[in-house]
Amino acid sequence: MDPTRRGFLKAAVTAAGAAATTPDLAHAQDQDHGHDHQAVPSDLTLRVKALESLLVEKGLVDRAALDAVVDTYETKIGPRNGARVVARAWVDPAYKKRLLADPTAAIAELGYAGGQGEDMVVLENAPKVHNLVVCTLCSCYPWPVLGLPPVWYKSAPYRSRAVIDPRGVLREFGLELDGDVEVRVWDSTAEIRYLVLPERPAGSENMSEEALAALVTRDSMVGVKKVTLAREGARA
Amino acid sequence: MSAPDPKLQSERLAALPRLPRDEGGPVFAEPWQAQAFALAVKLSEAGHFTWKEWAAALADELKAGASRGEPDDGSRYYDHWLAALERLVAVKGLADREALVARKEAWADAYRHTPHGKPVELRQPS
Repeated sequence: MDPTRRGFLKAAVTAAGAAATTPDLAHAQDQDHGHDHQAVPSDLTLRVKALESLLVEKGLVDRAALDAVVDTYETKIGPRNGARVVARAWVDPAYKKRLLADPTAAIAELGYAGGQGEDMVVLENAPKVHNLVVCTLCSCYPWPVLGLPPVWYKSAPYRSRAVIDPRGVLREFGLELDGDVEVRVWDSTAEIRYLVLPERPAGSENMSEEALAALVTRDSMVGVKKVTLAREGARA
Repeated sequence: MSAPDPKLQSERLAALPRLPRDEGGPVFAEPWQAQAFALAVKLSEAGHFTWKEWAAALADELKAGASRGEPDDGSRYYDHWLAALERLVAVKGLADREALVARKEAWADAYRHTPHGKPVELRQPS
């Protein structure tokens, strides 16, 4: 129950002329469990935060340097898990059906379990529908499938602008959408995490599931990019 | 030791027993694990302790866990990593246990008192 926040989102979306394109808002209101403060993280997370904030404050270690180490590894766990989920959905229509109907269970089929029971929702892109995921509050992120959130996802500019000006944000990521493509912005919560199911790129019809998984990027599963055949000199 | 040296890095990681990893390097199950990992790497690089000291502190915690009969399947690896880090920073006089406990409580308190829609921030001691 936080009228201010929902109000802000609604106003922002209306201002962007996209009121009809955010079906999650009504949903989010239904799902609002009346929390009026943030969920306290696990004891382990709090202990790390305590260590980090004390040591940074004392100048014993540099926060930017810590972030750089985390960044180095953030692509290691997650995105590959999500990429396997996406590739399976592309080649196996029955799996895709299960993935859209019961994402948490379908993702668990591939061995990727969630954290503390948050529900996964899979958003399917289509030629005229593009989904974009943000967490306006903090940095809720489906880390069992995508790994650690990148620094930009946690940044205040992305968190506010993804809602107010999604097309502008996408443009900065190099994605220019046609005017008739509907952009849907989804705001993650502690209870719901979103994964975008990108469109399978044209020309990939003869590729194996494994080769397809190699094409799927983290950014495409957050919704800031599309999947393309040319991926940094990888097989095309 | 400021520029990351991949070979050195890989030798250092090899010195750690049972580090969860794949062909690409260490793997983490949760964000806090990567943060704890980064803290140990950077504190050591800054010369607050040697990597050898770190590996020994970690090995002690792992051994203690095993002697308590915990499953040796890597699932608790970063619990031990964090415990070793807390102990080593206390031994080295970087941060004592009381300060860490107090700070942890301050964070929990900040989460409990920050309304939805606001970033969680510590009230800075003035």
